[in-house]
Amino acid sequence: MLVSILRQGSYLIASIHEALNDREIVQFQQDLVEQIGTHRARGVIIDVAALDVMDSFGSRTLLNLAHAARLRGAETVIVGIQPTVAFAMVRLGMNLDNVHTALDLEEGLEHLQRLLQQGPERQIQR
Amino acid sequence: MNKGTSEEVPVIQEAREEDLELLPELVTHLRDRRTELREQWANRITNAHLLSAMTDEEIFSMATSVYDSYVEVLETGSVEALQAYARDLSERIIPRGVETYEVVGIVLLLRDVLARSLFEKYQKDFELLNRVLDAYEPAANRIANTVAVSFVQERERIIRQQQDAIRELSTPVLQVRERILILPIIGILDEQRANQFTEQLLAGIRSHRAKVVVIDITGVPDVDSEVANHLVQAVDASRLMGASVILTGLSPEIAQTLVTIGVDLDKMNTVGDLQGGVEEAEHLLGFHVTRSDPVDNHQP
Repeated sequence: MLVSILRQGSYLIASIHEALNDREIVQFQQDLVEQIGTHRARGVIIDVAALDVMDSFGSRTLLNLAHAARLRGAETVIVGIQPTVAFAMVRLGMNLDNVHTALDLEEGLEHLQRLLQQGPERQIQR
Repeated sequence: MNKGTSEEVPVIQEAREEDLELLPELVTHLRDRRTELREQWANRITNAHLLSAMTDEEIFSMATSVYDSYVEVLETGSVEALQAYARDLSERIIPRGVETYEVVGIVLLLRDVLARSLFEKYQKDFELLNRVLDAYEPAANRIANTVAVSFVQERERIIRQQQDAIRELSTPVLQVRERILILPIIGILDEQRANQFTEQLLAGIRSHRAKVVVIDITGVPDVDSEVANHLVQAVDASRLMGASVILTGLSPEIAQTLVTIGVDLDKMNTVGDLQGGVEEAEHLLGFHVTRSDPVDNHQP
C-alpha cells in the first residue's frame, strides 16, 4: 500500500509509505482533500518519514495540498522530513515556507492542537 | 591495529644471480660483527646530532632492532617485516618530534657503516669486493627507500587523522536542555565544513528531537555571501524538520555584512550573545529559571 489515511477524532493522519510517482501524488492530493470534506477534518498530518527523496513536483503538491486544506477549513502539518531530504530541498531552493512542519507524528499532533486552540487566523510559524 | 595498505616500494635495482649467492656469506659476516658495527653506527648517529629527541637507551634499542631487520632483509629478500617495524617505529617517534631527515639520515649512516665493513673485509680482492657490493647495494638502497617511505606514510596518516579530529571537534552538537541544542561554530566556514555542519545539525535535531537550536557564530571571524547562504540554508532545513533556529554571536561587522548582502533577516531570529540565545530558547519552550539559595559546597 502506497498511502494510508487514518482518522483520529477531527484529525486526519496521512502517511506516505513509499515513493510516489507524479500521477500517484496527484491522486493522493485529491483523495486527501476529499476526505477532509467528508469527515469535516480540522487538522491534517502528512507523514513523509518513509521518503528519502523529495522532488520539486512533490514539494509543490504538498504546498498546494496545505492551501487546499485550509480552504476547506483544515490546518496541515507536514512531519517526518528526513535530514537528507531537508538538506536537499533547501539546496535546490524548494521551500515550504508557508506550511507548518514538525519533527514527527507526536510533535505534529501537539503542533496541530496548539494551532487549533489559537484559531485559524494564526500566522504561519516564523 | 590496521595501519592501512602500504605503498609497494618498487625494486629499482636488480642484482645478478651469481652475485646473490654471496648474500649468505655477507649476512653471516654482518651477524658476527653485530655488536661492533651497531656501536659504530650509534656513534655516527650521535656525532651527526640525529635523534636528539631520543635517549641513549632508546637509540640503542632502536639500533638493535633496525640492524637486525636490515640483516634479515638481506637474508630473506623480503621487506615486509621491515615495513611493519618501520611503521611501528614511526608511529612512536613522530609524536616525539623526530623529522624525516633524521630517519633517512640514520638509515643511510647504517648503510655506510655496513659498506665500510665490507670494504675492509674484501679489500684484498677487488673483483670479489665488486661482486659483493653488486649484491649488497640494491638491497641496501631498497631498505633505505622502504624505511623512508614508511616513515612518510605514517606521517601522512597521522596528519589525516588529526585533520579529521579537528573537523569533528569544530562542529559539536551540544544538548544543553531537553529539546534545546547548541551548535557553536569555530573558525572559517568553507563549503565543505558548512555542508558537514548542516548535516550534523539536522542529524542532531532528529536524534535529540530538538525543537530549538542555538547556532553560535562568535568564533566565526568572517562571513561572506557564500557563508551567509549556508547559514540560511541550515536555518531553512531545520525549520523543515520542525525546529526553530536562534542565531547568536554576530559581531557588529558580521551583522553589517548580512544586511549589505541582503539576507532576509525576518527569517532569522538573532540574539546578541549565547547566554541571551539560550535564555530565549528556554523561554520559547516554556522553561522558567528561578533562583533559590545556592547550595553550600564548603560545609564539611
